[in-house]
Amino acid sequence: MEMSTNLLIFSGLALLMAAAAIAAVTTSRIMRAVTYLLFVLFGTAGLYFMLHYTFLGAVQIIVYAGGIVVLFIFAALLIGKGIIDVTHTSKLRYLAGVLASMSGLAIALYLIVNTTFITDKFTTDGVPMTVVGSALMGTAKHNYVLTFEVLSILLLACMVGAIMIARKK
Amino acid sequence: MTIPAQFYLILAAVLFFIGVFGFFTRRNLISLLISTELMLNAVDINFAVFNAYSHPEHLEGFFFTMFGIGIAAAETAVAIAIIINVFRNAKSIHIKNLLDLKH
Amino acid sequence: MDFTILILALPLLSFLILGLAGMKMPHKWAGAIGTLSLTLVTILSYCAAALYFGAGRNAEGIFAPITPYNHTWLPLGGTLSIDMGILIDPISVMMLIVISTVSLMVHIYSLGYMKGERGFQRYYAFLSLFTFSMLGLVVATNIFQMYVFWELVGVSSYLLIGFYYTKPAAIAASKKAFIVTRFADLFFLIGILLYGYYTETFSFTPGETLLMSAGAVLPIALALMFVGGAGKSAMFPLHIWLPDAMEGPTPVSALIHAATMVVAGVYLVARMFPLFIDYAPEVLHIVAYVGAFTSLYAAIVACVQTDIKRVLAFSTISQIAFMMVALGVCTSSNPHYGGLGYMASMFHLFTHAMFKGLLFLGAGAIIHAVHSNEKSQMGGLRKYMPVTHLTFLVACLAIAGIPPFSGFFSKDEILAACYDYSPMMGVFMSIVAAMTAFYMFRLYYLIFWGKSHYEEQLSLYSAGKSTHKPHKPHEAPLCMTAPLVILATITTVAGFIPFGNFISSNGEAYHIHINPAVATVSILLALAGIALATVMYIRGNSKLTTAINKALGIFIEAAYNRFYMDELWLFVTKKIIFNCISRPIAWFDRHVIDATMDMMATITQKCGNIVRPMQSGNVQSYSVWFLSGALLLALMLIFFT
Repeated sequence: MEMSTNLLIFSGLALLMAAAAIAAVTTSRIMRAVTYLLFVLFGTAGLYFMLHYTFLGAVQIIVYAGGIVVLFIFAALLIGKGIIDVTHTSKLRYLAGVLASMSGLAIALYLIVNTTFITDKFTTDGVPMTVVGSALMGTAKHNYVLTFEVLSILLLACMVGAIMIARKK
Repeated sequence: MTIPAQFYLILAAVLFFIGVFGFFTRRNLISLLISTELMLNAVDINFAVFNAYSHPEHLEGFFFTMFGIGIAAAETAVAIAIIINVFRNAKSIHIKNLLDLKH
Repeated sequence: MDFTILILALPLLSFLILGLAGMKMPHKWAGAIGTLSLTLVTILSYCAAALYFGAGRNAEGIFAPITPYNHTWLPLGGTLSIDMGILIDPISVMMLIVISTVSLMVHIYSLGYMKGERGFQRYYAFLSLFTFSMLGLVVATNIFQMYVFWELVGVSSYLLIGFYYTKPAAIAASKKAFIVTRFADLFFLIGILLYGYYTETFSFTPGETLLMSAGAVLPIALALMFVGGAGKSAMFPLHIWLPDAMEGPTPVSALIHAATMVVAGVYLVARMFPLFIDYAPEVLHIVAYVGAFTSLYAAIVACVQTDIKRVLAFSTISQIAFMMVALGVCTSSNPHYGGLGYMASMFHLFTHAMFKGLLFLGAGAIIHAVHSNEKSQMGGLRKYMPVTHLTFLVACLAIAGIPPFSGFFSKDEILAACYDYSPMMGVFMSIVAAMTAFYMFRLYYLIFWGKSHYEEQLSLYSAGKSTHKPHKPHEAPLCMTAPLVILATITTVAGFIPFGNFISSNGEAYHIHINPAVATVSILLALAGIALATVMYIRGNSKLTTAINKALGIFIEAAYNRFYMDELWLFVTKKIIFNCISRPIAWFDRHVIDATMDMMATITQKCGNIVRPMQSGNVQSYSVWFLSGALLLALMLIFFT
């Protein structure tokens, strides 16, 4: 019963995400594309919740949906005229894109279906906040303070770089 | 009973290749960036799923996903700064017109 | 003798200065620099001669060769190496004196002759280059160094013949000279390589054992070297370039085509003489026959030419052939028995350089005065140009072999050597000597005697029949007559130099003695030739001349056209060689070799055109390719592992 509910939710999310993703890469209006992307990102957050990674889902919503999509919207608005992606491309290129991505997908699906994954450790316990916090800030094995710090410096550098690049001369 | 991990993986693969398709066919820098985000997102899902299903005790995939999200944010910020700058110089973000760096 | 390096360095330095900075300096400076350096070279050459011969003979009674410098330039492995150095021995010292003297005279003379010419500085630069090359040639310590300078001489000769590079005839003549001599030099080079390969040295005097190992190849190598010498020395049938080379300025003809470069072939044979005489006497006799034929041929042609420089050119060919004959008739290296010719040849080289230089410079003065090479524009010039007239007469007497002028002594030795070899050869060469006297005096009378072209024109002008007032011939300036006088003096006294004391075939002293029979015959023949010329030409064309011309009509026509040798060469090269060899080769080159190369290039280009769109600069297409490759690899990993 639980299984079928989960499956139902998952199917709904999956369909939503796939449809939104396809729409995002085919619509000719950038604002719509960004909005469809937002749906995909929300769907991803939903998937994280289903995995009981609530913190990850929260981060996904805050950073992606709250930060990145806002950036996209700003960019689209700033550029204004450029927001319409009128033509896709030449037929040949379009076919090549379709063919390449379809064959890639086929191979990936073939591999996923034909590979046996060791996936018996799933629990519904989730990850408590204290564990996340101590792992993020700890210095022991399987702790990530160094990565955290490097990432913070990277973000700072990106911030400075973005300002430098985008400001008027 | 839980949902099999393969379902997630299939979904992630589908999202990834939709992103690839978008990257191949779109003609606008922002659209390209959106496609890239789709691909990144698909990869993040994979990390989280493998972490949850195979090694829940270590949280490596968990944190990889988290840092991936952080890096995606940084990358998007810089990319959009560049796009705005390009637009300011070339009055276009249509990649057909952006050939100056080719030579 | 260390200072001898200066003899080479000074002209080179002068060439570099004049060649690099000449155009920036006034004419006077350029002339002064060239002449000054040559004066120093001349002084040094005479010093070298005085020191060398003054040092006396060694225990074996010969003047030992000295090598002040010898630098190994290119070691080729084993004993074989190409050296650069300076060799002082009797003939090289003699050549140093000849070259520096004539060259100095020409330098001084050119100050007047070339005055105001465009490219005056260039002219002096080339003269210096030529002098440097020629001096380097004669002091070469080995055959390869000689070849290097040999080619330099060829180049500088080319430059000087083509000095008036705006004149098509001069360009053609310079090219002809260069190509013909270069063609002959090819054989010279092959000869050198054979020689070097089999004797394992480029030295002039390899050891006995080395020569023995060379064996049968040595005569071939020497014969090939002689072909090179024949090209430079204008032996039949490679003589065709020399008459045309008269297109150069006249002093250049005096220096290069009379006194120095053209005797390089004689010098080469003399240099290799010990090898010729010991290992290839039959080749030496071929040299004699080639020389004898050339001397006769050139003498006949010289008898009918109308351009005075051409007469002198053919006379030069004939006289050089005399030297070749003298070398060729040697049968041993003992000067008392069969080796007289060597000394005679060198002696004649020396005296000929002086009087032929004098003749050319005199001709230059005449051409300078009447502005033409044609004898029809001359006549009766003795009144207007007394100095030139007298010096020219001295030279004519010398070349005709009248005592006490120097030509008599050297030619007499040559004839004596010829009679020693075979009476036939002696008689033959005596006849040619008589012809020499005839054509030289024909030239002399046509220039200085007979009706004056100037006076004829003047009377026509006074009578109102001609609107063109003729230009009065005048004597040349001092800087041109002074060299004439100096050379005439040398020509007069040089016969009394005890030449055999300095140079002989084996180095031992040899006292020149006049063979009364030979001398009498040759003087009589010369006088007969002069008498005939006097009768025929002293008053312009006499009845006798007309009669003779009529009797020998076709023959004279043929001789005037040099027996159509040039046409024959043109026929052989253009019709036969070009059509049968060059054109097919050119066709093969263009249509087979080039086409193969073109095909490779075209294929590469086509491939490039196919591949080029992939390198579009478009990130999206790159990513398509990238993904395709990655997928392909993935497929390979899945299905083949």
